[in-house]
This record gives sequence, structure tokens and C-alpha cells, in this order.
Amino acid sequence: MLNNIQEFYNILPLIIIGGLILVSLIIEMYSESSEKILPWLSIIGFLFVGIYSLVEVGRTSIVLQNMLATGGVVNIFWLIFNITAAIVCLLSINYIKKYGAYYGEYYIIIQTSVLGMMLMAGAKDLIVIFLGLEVMSISFYVLAGFNRNRSSANEASLKYFLLGAFATGFLVYGIALIYGKATTTSIDAISLNFSALSGNVLFLTGVLLFLIGFSFKIAAFPFHMWVPDVYQGSPTTVAGLFSTAGKAAGFSALIVTFAALFGGPHGHLFTPYLSAIAVFSMLFGSIVAIMQTDIKRMLAYSSIAHAGYMLIGLASGNIDGVAGIIFYLAAYSFMNLAAFGIVSILEGKEETNLDLDSYAGLGTRSPFIAGLFALIMFALAGIPPFAGFFGKYYVFIAAIKSDLTWLAMVGILSSMISVYFYLRLVVIMYFKSSETEDKVSYTASEIIAVVIAVVFVIILGLAPGSFIDLVTKFL
Amino acid sequence: MIDLIYLAVFLPLLGFLINGIFGTKIKNEKVIGLIGSGAIGISFLIVVGAFFETLSLPADQRTNFVNLFTWMKVGTLDVSFAYQVDQLSLIMALVVTGVGFIIHVYSIGYMHGDKAFWRFFAYLNLFIFAMMNLIMADNFVLMFLGWEGVGLCSYLLIGFWYDKDFEKSTTSAAGLKAFVVNRIGDVGFLLAMFLIYLFFDSLKFSEVFSRAVSFDVPEHIFMLITLLLFVGATGKSAQIPLFVWLPDAMAGPTPVSALIHAATMVTAGVYMVARTSVLYAMAPTTMMIVAVIGVFTAFFAATIGLVQNDIKKVLAYSTISQLGYMFLAMGAGAFSAGIFHLMTHAFFKALLFLGAGSVIHAMHEQQNIQHYGGLKKYLPITYGTFLVAAMAISGIPPFSGFFSKDEILWFSYTNLGFVFWLIGVITAIMTAFYMFRLYFLTFDGKPRFDEKQTHPHESPKLMTVPLIVLAVLSAIGGFIGIPEIFSGAHGNVFHSWLSPIFKSANLKLSYFGAHSHFEEYLLMAISVAGALGGISAAAYIYLKRPSIAANTVERFKSIYTTLWNKYYIDEVYDATVINPIVNSSRSFLWKIFDNKIIDGLVNGLAKSISIVSSLIRKMQTGIVQSYALVMMIGILLAFFWIILSL
Amino acid sequence: MLESYIPIFIVMFFATVIALGITFSSMLLGPQRPNKEKLSTYESGMKPVGTTRERISIKYYLVAMLFIIFDLEVLFIYPWAVQFKKLFAEFGISIFISMFIFLVVFELGYLYAYKKGGFEWD
Repeated sequence: MLNNIQEFYNILPLIIIGGLILVSLIIEMYSESSEKILPWLSIIGFLFVGIYSLVEVGRTSIVLQNMLATGGVVNIFWLIFNITAAIVCLLSINYIKKYGAYYGEYYIIIQTSVLGMMLMAGAKDLIVIFLGLEVMSISFYVLAGFNRNRSSANEASLKYFLLGAFATGFLVYGIALIYGKATTTSIDAISLNFSALSGNVLFLTGVLLFLIGFSFKIAAFPFHMWVPDVYQGSPTTVAGLFSTAGKAAGFSALIVTFAALFGGPHGHLFTPYLSAIAVFSMLFGSIVAIMQTDIKRMLAYSSIAHAGYMLIGLASGNIDGVAGIIFYLAAYSFMNLAAFGIVSILEGKEETNLDLDSYAGLGTRSPFIAGLFALIMFALAGIPPFAGFFGKYYVFIAAIKSDLTWLAMVGILSSMISVYFYLRLVVIMYFKSSETEDKVSYTASEIIAVVIAVVFVIILGLAPGSFIDLVTKFL
Repeated sequence: MIDLIYLAVFLPLLGFLINGIFGTKIKNEKVIGLIGSGAIGISFLIVVGAFFETLSLPADQRTNFVNLFTWMKVGTLDVSFAYQVDQLSLIMALVVTGVGFIIHVYSIGYMHGDKAFWRFFAYLNLFIFAMMNLIMADNFVLMFLGWEGVGLCSYLLIGFWYDKDFEKSTTSAAGLKAFVVNRIGDVGFLLAMFLIYLFFDSLKFSEVFSRAVSFDVPEHIFMLITLLLFVGATGKSAQIPLFVWLPDAMAGPTPVSALIHAATMVTAGVYMVARTSVLYAMAPTTMMIVAVIGVFTAFFAATIGLVQNDIKKVLAYSTISQLGYMFLAMGAGAFSAGIFHLMTHAFFKALLFLGAGSVIHAMHEQQNIQHYGGLKKYLPITYGTFLVAAMAISGIPPFSGFFSKDEILWFSYTNLGFVFWLIGVITAIMTAFYMFRLYFLTFDGKPRFDEKQTHPHESPKLMTVPLIVLAVLSAIGGFIGIPEIFSGAHGNVFHSWLSPIFKSANLKLSYFGAHSHFEEYLLMAISVAGALGGISAAAYIYLKRPSIAANTVERFKSIYTTLWNKYYIDEVYDATVINPIVNSSRSFLWKIFDNKIIDGLVNGLAKSISIVSSLIRKMQTGIVQSYALVMMIGILLAFFWIILSL
Repeated sequence: MLESYIPIFIVMFFATVIALGITFSSMLLGPQRPNKEKLSTYESGMKPVGTTRERISIKYYLVAMLFIIFDLEVLFIYPWAVQFKKLFAEFGISIFISMFIFLVVFELGYLYAYKKGGFEWD
């Protein structure tokens, strides 16, 4: 229950998104042209919530009977989710028409998934994490197969659902084991008793299973198998949402559960597990991406590799690492969103123009789009001064501070490998002549969405310190 | 206005973006020129506002910081986009935006009809942005950003007419030379920065300087740091041994030579030494090296300037020579005298270059002074302003150059010794001689060009008004730094304005020995007499008896050819440094090391990674059961780990 | 700690042994004389016709799923109703409002299913 009006203001973002879903449902019921109204309504809602979260970032509190935290890092995550979702909606306006799934429900489901993510980021209780995770995941399963007439979409949706349910089973089992030993699901209470509990094998198994459940959501090796197939099969804009906000939500839950332990005597208990999956994710993602010929699959493997870099920050188990992950997530969200946005612009009807060769000669056909795409590829490869460089820089520094220099070395090695396939795309765009002379046609909303994302990539690259300052203030 | 100083820095960037992105669309030269020079004009007004606001503050509160945003922050490394508004940076900003604005306006007329008019203004604005970052920065990293930025703009602008030939090669080759030589200096700057961070744990000027005094760091570290910084300065400010790029930089359009290669960018090295004066004060040996290099460069460049025939080349060597004076001042510990000369030099050297531009414009791109002559009647305004500038640089009282140069000579006498003063005076005499040689050959005497074919005409108002403004500044600019012996009780205004900046450095440096006013008057009289002598000699030789020049050349043939070929420095560098590097790169590094070893390694590695990649991708079968199986194996391994680790 | 589970393991052990024992003992001990009638599918005396893999209309599943969803949601009202007096005394009117909000959300979902034709058979 709300104890006072201030609590109401603190959880206003959640209430607005919840209300937005209901209003959108009513519009969808009664309006004939809901698919024209809903994107703009969603964008306005997301932007408002995002900006509101940023304005209220200093007001940290715990509300709803210790179930939910607001303010600080939570609000920064809310900001990332909402801005990302707004950009996805802006990209989708034209895309879903082209894709053949022109329904208003698309936006309602995106709103629902954002609600789930926001619950995860703010959770102070394992049950709330689970609730948020399910709200998000089920929305994602539907979004993946949004065009039910397309067999690839159905396949993606079903695979995602089956494997997701499989992973969630482990997660719930983990929560059950934790509860069994700790007799509470409150994260704060568990953190307080962690030293006493950490000798118990059942409790540790529970935590491990919990970690495994989220390793699936963030697409870390070896729980990454769904990623390429799902990204390829689902609508491109939706794949953009999965790889950015979805990943950020998974990491936000890991951070809220584990950040409290850092600095304590058991902060490094799970470092071996986290470092192992980080190393394998980075190397596996980078190496396999080299052989891909489909751009969406390539980006899928690159997203596995990036999950590995972010896990380095978690494995180092210090505040710098957490701040680094949050920065990395923000940077990665905008980079990847811009990349998927450009892919969605270039994608033809019936899933054509998705292989790497169809990007040949883009540098002369559409210099502006090619320029943006090349910039994004540089950013993803981690070349300064773009945001991607500082993301990696911060997590590597955090690892070195925790005496995990070897992990940072593997990260650098993997970055070097990944430069190959990112820059290969640039080479294809600029140095390979194409058979067609077709100019790329795009609408204003799409290009604005991509440009906004690119601008964020540049700003974060030019002034990373300001963002890190903001985050570290609340850690 | 102090809080708005970031606008003065970022407005030129805005101008660059507008002209750079929409330049091809705008097409209208007036609009482009207005945007370009308007951005600098507003910057100048903001700097002026900040200047007067600072002036109204008490003397000990005149250093203000404007923090824009945190750039990077890791551990103790905290680098911000923050600007230090103090006496020194304000003087520099006034010069850069003021002279910059005048040259922008001049360029509208000079570049009229150029096919890439917009690109020129975009680059110029970018240059001002970088230069402002260099001088306003409150830390070494931001300064380095500006340092590299001005180098880039210099490269872009030297090669602005990339399709034109320049001497034996192309303008792009000249740009490349400038860039590469500057890189050598930049390495010194970078290494110095690493050392500073290593020993002082900060890169912020204010912190480094206070720690330099309080921390117990051995003197040889200071020497190493300052020497490395000075290597950077010799690159940017064209001192021995890295001066070779500046004469070639004259390949760029003349306003560029005026703005970048005379008034502002090349003085960045002087500014940097002045800014880090505290560190230099801790390393007396470096100070001596700076002074020696400075005075030697001044002398050496002046001798080359005596025989050059290209109007811009003469000015280029004179710039190198004047920069040498500034370093002499730095080495003598007379930091504010050096900055004073920097300022007056910006006025008269910009004026000389712009005047030369006006002449070149009138003479249809002819740059050889032997083909000028008698231009007085055709170009009255250019002639008048050029004369003022030539008087100023020769050190004729009461023009600005007299006050600043004489001060440097005085301090080199009191702080360094008689020899430095003597070389300085001889250089001053030579300066007067070659400047007036240039002046007489260009404007006086009989025309040595075909008056029927060439019809020189005065430049448009857009170009002459800037000349007049600069002429006024060159004439009276020296009065803000009248030495104590003339102004009496007021003392030297310029010095007392800058003194808080150099206070801690001056405390470290102590020079003994009393010097009387009589000595000062005497030395001053000698240098003025020398300058007048140089001028009369030039007048006599080049107006009355041209045969003397020819005879002298004939008699001292070997000296003349040595000077004419600039002491063969370029050839010596080619033979000793460049060719060995190029040859070994070609025969070993490229053909063997790069082609065989590196390429072999990289290709082999890439190939093996591709093979590994094609093997592991088979894991991705597309069958959901096998996906679940992989997950399960992972989970079981994790279980084993946790059971075994307990 | 695991000792407390021993009774359960014993029960599981006996359950398995008895179930398997009865099944296999009848197979081993009883006489086996199969004929055609005995092997055919038992259909209460009727003759078996057609395949057992009968396809049922998708509409049936739609209604069934909607039923389950709304049925489960109604379930949340029970604990609230049972504890209502106690909760009301503690939290006041807000306990009523919160269930009201829940019902509004719930009804909107129902309305959506109805409007989109989720209950139409044809």
C-alpha cells in the first residue's frame, strides 16, 4: 500500500506505463486505426517516463512494503529501457507495415515488456524479479512470432518459448532453494545473512541456478543457443529490443541482487563461474560471428560477445565494474539499436536484403546511411572516441583492479578478433561494387530514430565521465 | 561572461558544423563568410566581456574555472572539459579570436571565387575551436586535444589547394611534411604527459603546479619532463631542429599563413612553456637549453631570411626568427616579456602576411620579390600598412615591436649574459635589414614587371579594412607594456597583469646582480641604432646601388648559396634521417617484416580462426532439443564446479 | 539434514517395488491366451472405427484458454474476501480500492477478448 503521496510520485513511472497499457487496450478495442495512434502514444509515454525518471533520479526510496526500490541506479535503468523502447517504436512505424504485421497490439506488447523490465530493475524481492521477468519474457515470446503467417517467425517464437521456459524453470528452482535456506525472499535480508548462508551447499546451488536463469536472458555462453535463431526469425526491430532493453533488464536484475554483496567478504564467491561464462561468451561470439553471412545472425553473435564483456564487470565484483556495466549497457543499447534500425531500413519485403553481400556499394548508393552504419560498426568494435570504447575500457579497468588482468587480456584479444567482422561490413559497403544502383528509401521517422541513437553513441563517447559520475553517485 | 566562456570555444565549432555540413547547399559566399566570421566575432565579444569581468575582480581572484562536463574518470585520473579563465589564457584568447576575426573578414575578400569557399571557412572555424581548447584548457589532456586539432587543421589548410603544385612537389606533400614533423614533437608532449601523471598523479594544471612545488621530486625528473615538453614546443613552434616544416607551410592560402603559421598556432609552443613555467623553473638546465635553442634559431633563421626571394618565404623565416626571440625570453625567465612579444608579433606578422596576400593578389599570384618594385603608387593602403608592420618588426620606437623585443633583449642581458644579448641584437639588425630589403624591393624603386600586361590594383575594402585595423594595433599595441623606465610609478601594466601567473615560477628563479637604468638606456639605444643602420643599409643597397648586392653575392658565392639553400638542412635531414628510414622501411620493414612476418602471422591467425569458427558453428544445429542439451551440459558443469569447490 | 527425508525415501522405495511387483507378477503368473477380440481396443462393446487422433476445432482451445485465464484471476479474490474484515481494519478503504483496480484491469482484459471476437464460435 502507498503510505503517502511521495511514494506515489516515486512509482509514478510504473503507474504511467501500466495506465498506458490500459489506455492503449481501450484504443485498440474501439478505434479502427489504432495502429496509427498507438506508436505515437507509446513514444510520448516512454519519453515522458524516461525524462521523469532522469529528473527524479536523486530521490531514492523503497516503496510498497520493501518490494520495490526507486531512484538512483533504478531510475537510470528505467531511463535506458524507456528511451530504447521509444526508439524501437519510432523505428517500427514503417517497419511492421513492410513486415506484414500491421497491428496495434504490437505496441501494447512492447509497453507490457517495458513494464516487466522496470519491475526487474527496481525489485527488492526475488518474487518481484520473477514477476517482472515473466511479464517481460512472455511479451517477448509473442513479439518474436508477431507475424503468425511467417514460418520463420513461428519457429523463432516457439524456440524462444521452449528454451525460455526451460531456463525459467531453473530460475524458479533456484529461488525455491534460496527461500528454503534463507526463509525469506527479500534481497536485503538475504544479503545481510549471506555470510552465514554461504557455507550451505543448497543455498549456493540456489544462487547458482538463479544465475543460470539470468545467464539465459543475457545470452551468455552456453545458454546462448536461442539467440541467433530468434534474432533471425523475429522482426528486426523486435530483435533490436531483445538485444538492448532485454539484455539491460537481465543485467539490471543481476546487479540489484549482487551489487549489495560487493565489498563484503563474499563478493568474489561466484567470480569463477562469471569469469568462465564471460570468457566463453566473448570468444565464442567473436569467433563464430566471423563466419556468418546473414547480418542479423552476425549481430546476434556480436551480442553474445558483448554480454561476455559486460560479465567481466560483474565478475570483477567491485563498484567500478557495476558502473562500467551500466555505462556499457547504455552505450551498447544505443549502438545496437542504431545497427538494427539501419538493418530494418535496408530490409526488403519478405526478409530480403539481409545477407552481407546486399550491403555492397552502399557507400555510393546511400552515403548517409552507409556513413552512419560505418560509424556504428566502429563504435561496436570499440574504436575511440565512440561510446563502445569507453564501455570496454571501464569494465577492463574494473577487472584489472580486482586482479583479474587475465580476464581483461582475454577481453582485449576478443575485441581484436571482433574488429574483423565489424570492419568487414565497412569494407563491403565501401569497397565492393554492387549489382544494383538502387537508392535506399526510408521514412523520416526511421532515420530520425537512427540518428538519435547515433547522437547518443557520440555523446556517451565524448563525455563518458559525466554518465559514470551520475551512476557512481548512487552505488 | 566568464561563465559563458565555453560559448566562445564552441561557437566556432558550430560555425564549422554549419559550413561543413551545409556549405555545398548554401553556395552564397556572403552567407558562408558571415557565418564563419560571425561565429568568431561573437566569440571575440564574449572573450572581451570575460576579460573586463576578470579585470574588475581583485587580483588574487582572477583565476576562474568553468567546468563543462566530465570527460573521462577512472580512479585518480579525472579529465574534464573544463576551461581555466585567467590572465594568461585571456590574453591568448583575445589575440586568437581578435586577430582570427580580422583574418576571417579578410578571407571573405581574399578567397572570393574559390571553388571550395565553404570548406575554407569550415576549416578556419575548426582551427579556432581547436586553438581555443588549447589555450583555455585547464588540463594537459584537453590541451593536447587542441594541440592535435590545430595540427590537423594546419595540415588540411596547407594542402587546401590540393591540386596545385608547390615548388618541387605538391601542396599536399607540404601539408604532410608539416604533419609528420609535428608528430615527432607530439610524441614528446605525450611522453611528458605520462611522466607528469606518474609523478604528480594528476593532469590538471592547478594541481600539477601546486604539487610540483610541494612534492619531493628529483630535479632530473623535472628536467626530463620539461625537455620532452620542449620537444613538443619545438615541433609546433618551428624551432631548431624541427623548424623545417614552416617554410613549406607557405603552400597554403595566405590568410592561413597569417592566422596559423604566424599569429596563433605556431605560438602554441611558447604558450605551453609559459603555462608550465612552474615546471621549467624547477629545471634550470632546461631553461638554459630553451634560451640557447631560442637565440640560435632566431639568428639562424634571420640569416636565411637575408637572401630569400619569395615574399612569403622571407616572412616565414622571419616568423621562425621571432619565435626564437620568444623562446629566448622563456629561457631567460622573462615569461611575460615572451607573451608580450607573442602578442605584438601576432599583430604585425599577421599584418605583414595579409599585406603580402594583398600584393600577391594584385600581382596575379606572383610571389617573387625580384619581379615586384614600385608598387607604392598602385597599392597605397597596402603600402602604408606594410610600412608600419615593417617598422614594428624592426623595433623602431614607438611601434609595438620595439617595446616587446627590447624587453626580451634586456632580460637576456640581465638574466643570461652579454653573449645572448649580442646575438639578439645582431639578429635584430639582420631583421631590420631583410624586412626593409623586402619592403624596398616590393614597394619602392622602379617596377620590374611588365606594366602593360600586369595591372596591379588595390584590394577591395573587405581586405584593406582589416589591414588598417591591424596596422593601428601594430603601431600602438606596445603601449600596454611600456617598460618601467619610461612609465615610472605605474610600472609595466602588462607585467603586473600577468605576474600572478608566473609568481611561483619567478619565486623559484632568482637572478642576482644590479643593473642601472643607464645600462638599460644604453642597450636600448644600441639596438635602435642597429635597427636604423640595418634599414639604411637596405635602402642604400637596394635603392641606390643594386650593384652592391650583386657584387657581394659574387664575392661570397659559397656563403650565398649556403644561405640560399637554407644551409642544406632539408638535404641533410633527407640524407641522414629520412632516406635511411625510408630505405630500410622499404627493403626490410615493408618487404620482409610486414609482408612476410606480420602478414603471414595475421593471415595465418585469421585463417585458423576461420577454421575454428566454421567448426564451432556446427554446434548451431537449429534443433531445439540439442540447444537444450547444450544448456543442460553447461548447467551440469556449473553444478560440478560448485560441489567440488566446497 | 537429509536424515529427515529417510521416511519419504522408504515410502518411495516400497511404492516402486509394490507397483512394479504387482504388474510383473500378473504377467508372470497369469495364463496368457490371446485372441483377436481380446487384443482389440476396448470401446464399451462397440466396434472401434477411425483414428484416435481426432482433431478438435481451434475455437475450443481458445475458449478453454480464456476460461483458464479468467478463472485463475478470479481465484485471487478468494483470499482477499476471506481476509477482508481484518485487512479493512488495518488498511482502511484502500484495501477495497486496490481490489477494485484489480477488477478494472481484469474486466478490461475480458472486454478486449470479447471485442476482438475471442468468444465468437463462428
